[in-house]
Amino acid sequence: MSRINSPDELEKVRQEIISRENPNKPCISICAGAGCIASGASEVIAAFKAEIEKQGLMAEVNTKGTGCPGFCERGPVVVIYPEEICYLQVKPEDVPEVVSQTVREKKVVDRLLYVDPTTGEKATHEADIPFYRNQERNVIGNNIKIDPKNIDDYLVIGGYSALAKTLSKMTADQVLQEVKKANLRGRGGGGFPAGTKWEGSRNAPGEPKYVIVNADEGDPGAFMDRAVLEGNPHSVLEGLTIGAYAIGAHEGYIYVRQEYPLAVENVTIAIQQAQEYGFLGKNILGSGFDFVVKVHKGAGAFVCGESTALMTALEGRAGEPRPKYIRSNVVGLWGKPSVLNNVETWANVPLIINNGADWFTQFGTDTSKGTKIFSLVGKITNTGLVEVPMGTPLRDIIYKIGGGIPGGKKFKAVQTGGPSGGCLPEELLDLPVGFDELTKAGSMMGSGGMIVMDEDTCMVDVARYFLEFLTEESCGKCVPCREGMRQMLKILTNITKGKGKDGDIELLEQLSETAIEAALCALGKSSPNPFLSTLQHFREEYEAHIKEKRCPALSCKELISYYIDPDKCQACMNCLRKCPSEAITGGKRQIHIVDQEKCTKCGTCFEVCPHRFHAVRKISGEPVPPPIPEEARTIVRKSKEK
Amino acid sequence: MSEILLKIDGKEVKAKEGMTVLEAARSAGISIPTLCHHEKLEPYGACRLCIVELESRGWTRIVVSCVYPVEKNIIVRTRSEKVDRIRKMILELQLAHAPDSFILQDLAKEYGADRDRFEKEPSFCIHCGLCVRYCAEVKKKNAVGFVDRGIKKEISFIPEIASKECWNCKECFPLCPTEALQAAYVLMEALISPPPSFKREAEK
Repeated sequence: MSRINSPDELEKVRQEIISRENPNKPCISICAGAGCIASGASEVIAAFKAEIEKQGLMAEVNTKGTGCPGFCERGPVVVIYPEEICYLQVKPEDVPEVVSQTVREKKVVDRLLYVDPTTGEKATHEADIPFYRNQERNVIGNNIKIDPKNIDDYLVIGGYSALAKTLSKMTADQVLQEVKKANLRGRGGGGFPAGTKWEGSRNAPGEPKYVIVNADEGDPGAFMDRAVLEGNPHSVLEGLTIGAYAIGAHEGYIYVRQEYPLAVENVTIAIQQAQEYGFLGKNILGSGFDFVVKVHKGAGAFVCGESTALMTALEGRAGEPRPKYIRSNVVGLWGKPSVLNNVETWANVPLIINNGADWFTQFGTDTSKGTKIFSLVGKITNTGLVEVPMGTPLRDIIYKIGGGIPGGKKFKAVQTGGPSGGCLPEELLDLPVGFDELTKAGSMMGSGGMIVMDEDTCMVDVARYFLEFLTEESCGKCVPCREGMRQMLKILTNITKGKGKDGDIELLEQLSETAIEAALCALGKSSPNPFLSTLQHFREEYEAHIKEKRCPALSCKELISYYIDPDKCQACMNCLRKCPSEAITGGKRQIHIVDQEKCTKCGTCFEVCPHRFHAVRKISGEPVPPPIPEEARTIVRKSKEK
Repeated sequence: MSEILLKIDGKEVKAKEGMTVLEAARSAGISIPTLCHHEKLEPYGACRLCIVELESRGWTRIVVSCVYPVEKNIIVRTRSEKVDRIRKMILELQLAHAPDSFILQDLAKEYGADRDRFEKEPSFCIHCGLCVRYCAEVKKKNAVGFVDRGIKKEISFIPEIASKECWNCKECFPLCPTEALQAAYVLMEALISPPPSFKREAEK
C-alpha cells in the first residue's frame, strides 16, 4: 500500500476497497476481544476457518476476528453477514452446522440464538436482543464490523474521514470550538471538559506540546477502554491525531497497561498501518501536518491512571503524582503542555467532527453530553459492556439492558466509578447517570465501572474491600493517603470481624476528612469514598456490625454461624458428607448438628442442603441455639410409623 | 511585576513571583510547620503538615503551602480550627511510626495530638523523603531510594552505591526527623546483608 496524499485520494482508496468486496458476500464475524477469547473464541475462529476450507467455501466466504461488541456474558459472539444473524455462546462443535446451515442454506440455527428469559422468544439479530436494543452504541457499535488488525475494515466504515475533514477544511481553532460546543467531558473519571483542556494547552507557552491517551484502565471490573483499544484502535488514533492538530502537538503517546497484551498488539499494528497509509507521520494527507505516536507500556500501577503520575511514569520515573498546583495541560510531560484524555474520550472525537457538535449533544443531559460506555459486572444477568446516552437511569441499565439480578435475589446496591467511587442503593435507581448527578449522590462517574450487588453483599465488607485495593495501590507518598488508609483499613477490617467499637465511625469520618482535604492526588482525595458512600446509604449495617456484632447480609464470616434447624433437617447426610472440616455430626435418621467449635464457616453445608429442606441457616448477632438433646435426634418417619 | 502582595494571618506580605506560600510566610517571620521541607530541595508536598487555609476570589480551601505559588491578593490563614484538626490527625498518624521523635513530640504538644491514638507500628521512617531527595538532588549520588509503594513503601540504600559513597558523607543522617537512627539503621542493613540479587551479582 502506498501513502495516501490527500483527502481525495483517501476517498478513492476507500471506494476501491469497498468495490473489491461484494456486499452480499457472506462474512462470519467472531468477537476476538479478550472476554470472548477467554470463553474460547480463538478455537471457534480456527474451527470456522477449517470448516470453510473443508467445505470449499474459501473464495465465497470471509471469516474474521473482530472487536468486542459487549455481550461478554454470552460469548463467544458470532455475527453472520449480510443477514446479520447473531449467534451466542458458539462452540467449535457448532461450527459445521452454522456453515452448512446458515452460510450455505441461509437457514437460522435456532438453538444458538438469544432466548428472552421472560418471554421465551428468540432473537435473530443483534438489534432484537434487549441487551443491545436499549443501547446507543456510537462508540463500540462498530467493533463487531471490523477486524482491528486490518485498517481497510476501518476505512470501509468511513474511517479517517474525520481526520481528512479536519486537515483539509478546518482550522485548529474550528476543531477546538466544535469539541467545546459538543461539551465533550473526559470519560476517564474527572469529567473535565476536553475542549477547555485542549484550549489551555494550545494557549500555554512552551514547545513541543504533547497529546496522550490514558489507557491505564485499572478499576477492578472495568474493561471499557480495553474493548475500544482492542476492538477499534484506529478510532482512538484518529481522535488523537485530530486533537494533536487542534492543540499544535506533533508527538503523542499511548500509555497502556502491559496487562492488556491484545490492546498493545492491536494498537501497535494500527499505528504501523496508519503510518503506511499516511495517516500518521510527516505531511499527513498532504496537509503539511506532522504527527507521530508511540506506545508506552505501563507497569501496572493503578495510581498511574492519575494524570500527573502517568506523566511521571512516562518520563521513566516512579509513577507518583506531582504535588503541583499547575494543571498538566500547561505544565505536563517533561514540563511541557500536555493533553491527556482517556481512550473513550479520544474515540468520541472523530464522531463529533464527522457528525457535528449538534449531533453529539442530542444525546445526554444538560451537563453530560453524548454516550458513555459502562462495564456492567457483578450480580447481574447480562455481564458486559453497555453504551447508553448520558442521563439513562440506573434502573434501565441494570434491568432493561442488564436483565436484572440472577437467581431471584434482591438488588442491594450498585457501585459506580471504580474503587474510589461509591455505592448507590435501591432508592437511587432512578438516578440519571451523568457526571454531576452521580457526584451529588455521593458516588462518581469514574471511567464507567458498574458493579451490581445483591442482598447477600455486606456493604461494610465492600468498603473494606475497596479500601484494601486502594491501600495496595496508593503510591505511598503523602501521609493522609498512605497512613490514613492504613488506619481506615484496619478499623474496617476490625468491624467486619466483630471487633468494631464505639467511636469507630467517627474516627473513620475524621480520617476521611483528612484525606479529602489534605491528600496529594485524586486517588488519595477520593479514597474515603467507598466508606463514605456506604455509610451514607447503609449506616444501619455499620451500626449492626459494631453494636450488635451482626452482619445483616449474613456475609462476614466472623459474625455468622451455620445452624441446622432440627425441625427441618431430614438427615439426608448431604452436608455431613461434604463438610470439609468434619464439623457435622449425625447419621442416618439422626438429625445433623454443626459443631460450632470445628466449623470453619465455609458455607458448604448451606449450599448443599436440598432446597426442599432448607434446613441450614446462617445466624448472626444472636447466639446459636443449643444442640437438641441426644434422645430427640432420631427422626421417626411417618410412613414407617404405621 | 515581580512583587506580589498577599495577606498571611492578617499581615500584609510582599513576595516575589514564583515563591511558594511557605517561603513567603517564612520570609515574613510567620512559621508554618513542615516535616518534608528543606530549603535546598525541590518541594515534595508529602507530609501535608504545612496545609493552610487559602481564600481567593471568594473561595476558601485547604492548600499545601510548600507547593502553592503565591498569587496576588490571596488571604492565607496558617491556623484555623480545620487546619489544626487536620495537622493533629497527620501528627497522630505519624506518631504511630515514630513515637519517640522529638520533632513529632514537640508538634504534638502544640496541636494536642495524642501519641497513642493509633496502634504503634514503630517503623521509625515517616517517609519524608529528605534522605532520598538530598542524596539525589544535592549529592547527586542516589545511594538511597524508596522501594515498593503504598503502605509497604520504605527507604533502602543501594549497596553498590552506598558501600562507596556513604561512609564519608552521612549528610542525610542529621536531616532525619526521627533522629537519624532510621537512615543509619537502613544503611547498616544494606551493607551487612545485601539483598539476594546483589549477592548473586557478587558471586559471579
